[in-house]
Amino acid sequence: MTEQPVLELVDLVAGYRTRHGLLGKRGLVRAVDGVNLTVGAGETVCLVGESGCGKSTVARAVVNLLRPVSGEVRFAGRSLAGMDRRELRAMRREVQLVFQDPYASLNPRMTVRELITEAWRIHPGIVPRERWDAEVAELLERVGLNPAHAARYPHQFSGGQRQRICIARALSVRPRLIVCDEAVSALDVSIQAQILALLGKLRDELGVAYLFITHDLGVVRHFADRVAVMHLGKIVETGETEQIYSSPAHPYTQALISAAPSVDDWRDRGDDEIMLRGDVPSPSNPPAGCRFHTRCWKADERCHTDEPALEQRGVGHPVACHYASVDTGLKAETRPR
Amino acid sequence: MSDGALLEVSELAVAFGDLRAVRGVSLTVEKGQTLAIVGESGSGKSITSLAVMGLLPAQAKVVGGGITLDGVSLLDLAPDELRRLRGEELAMIFQDPLSALNPSLTVGYQIAEMFRRRRGASRAAANERAVEAMAEVGIPDAAGRARSYPHEFSGGMRQRIMIAMALALEPRLLIADEPTTALDVTVQAQILRLLRERQRAGLAMIIISHDLGVVARTAQSVIVMYAGQAVESGTVAEVYDAPAHPYTLGLMAASPSARTSRRGIRPIDGNPPDQAALPTGCAFHPRCPFARERCRTETPPLRRLPSGRASACHFAEEVLAHDRTAGA
Repeated sequence: MTEQPVLELVDLVAGYRTRHGLLGKRGLVRAVDGVNLTVGAGETVCLVGESGCGKSTVARAVVNLLRPVSGEVRFAGRSLAGMDRRELRAMRREVQLVFQDPYASLNPRMTVRELITEAWRIHPGIVPRERWDAEVAELLERVGLNPAHAARYPHQFSGGQRQRICIARALSVRPRLIVCDEAVSALDVSIQAQILALLGKLRDELGVAYLFITHDLGVVRHFADRVAVMHLGKIVETGETEQIYSSPAHPYTQALISAAPSVDDWRDRGDDEIMLRGDVPSPSNPPAGCRFHTRCWKADERCHTDEPALEQRGVGHPVACHYASVDTGLKAETRPR
Repeated sequence: MSDGALLEVSELAVAFGDLRAVRGVSLTVEKGQTLAIVGESGSGKSITSLAVMGLLPAQAKVVGGGITLDGVSLLDLAPDELRRLRGEELAMIFQDPLSALNPSLTVGYQIAEMFRRRRGASRAAANERAVEAMAEVGIPDAAGRARSYPHEFSGGMRQRIMIAMALALEPRLLIADEPTTALDVTVQAQILRLLRERQRAGLAMIIISHDLGVVARTAQSVIVMYAGQAVESGTVAEVYDAPAHPYTLGLMAASPSARTSRRGIRPIDGNPPDQAALPTGCAFHPRCPFARERCRTETPPLRRLPSGRASACHFAEEVLAHDRTAGA
């Protein structure tokens, strides 16, 4: 691809400060610890991982709600850190964020029309005022809502419809990138599929790119062009979606895919899924060496001390594991402890 | 029905004032088997299970039907009798274990309390049993961890504690309402396996879930609920292999699977109905690709199909045939 990527994350380190006790030591949790990622124009990249892996921190850094500790967020080739206020303002138009909870992200006192036109008030020049009504109707139609409902308030809509309002609002400024942070996770399955279909349609019609952040491996497989699997602040494996799902080479990815319940599981409900021991370690105190070693069945001495880099290891895509292999090396004997 | 039936719910109806949340649901849980109730929000799946437990919210009332556990009618029991049954015969776990545990007592104390109160065990004996119960659900260093408070555990460990507590008095039926919905996927797999092992050891379960994948991993039979009614029931294998109700067919098509590469998931059109203004005829007809004139006027009963399964669709045979030609 010669085209300029919409988004580039370069060695991104970001996190939040904590304090132990009232007067205790201040510490920095590096929730995102050296992440490199690009999203091309019109591309859908999914960041998948469990709670505490730093995927939402990435989202916050991308939309400039959080200043990185180090590294860069580049938008269309330009670093956010080097932008002045005016440029940042312009940048915010081009990157929009859709959250998990459409109940919390819409002002209950504003009508749908007000919610959608709000951005046009803030960014004059996108849509001339005399076009507002027509444009609102068009947007509502585009996201599958009745244009006649523009005067209604958020509480008059269902959860799925509210998420459509959030999407219409995000589209109102004609963004090039929409960051979806668990945007379909709170929705019922039938509605979730509707919203995914809508996002797919917008991608085809408008060429908008998505950074899609989720814990749901099923959704990722059906929606993403590329996947990055995140674990405790780092990307451990990344590549084309089908490649990752058909031949995962990092033990964590293998465990995630095998653990995700699927409608097809009734066929072979043996106890053949990979069981990881214990829980995800705390991001405030990640294990030394490979951060996955405490739960990994392949880990040996080297993994305790030597952190594997994300690189090509002969499996066709980058993996951060010393023993990267499509072969899990596991028999069915993987009882939990 | 069969003599293996542990719990039988027949034509259960539950109302919140004028609103009918559950509209004539029947189900049977066989001894040592797991039944799943699957449905989306507002389908009445949780209310059905709360009615079985006798734990309906104050505004809700059972307005029809019956619930029997081993032939004993639960709806006719005195409150203290029902209270004895809960824990001894019936137990329940929820999505959020933190809100079900007392934050100011150690988990060991809370589990031991069951043995002291219900079994009259001495403090020392009860504590010992609590540690055993924790070890049995896979909590490492159970003796040490019994002295910890709920907030000191991860979500997965808390759910294990809830399971330990629910199973402490060896109930015959465990109702698990979205037991893994709040958990990470690798932890969810651990809890599902724990439940499966318990079931193999003879425990009967009702699993309530919105996730067809969770159901596929845990249950032998399934009831699909929509708008307060059961629209399809049968064994998991037959229902998943070839749904006999358009709603089930739609749910299957809308569920993204991490294990198949088919890219197209198909949504179900429209929205779940407003319970206060249900459509006439079949409640699913406004969203149904099979719907015809008859569906608008005539409510389809849940009727038996040849193999013993059941579907509440006028055109169940057509839905079955459709699935076969689509090749699933």
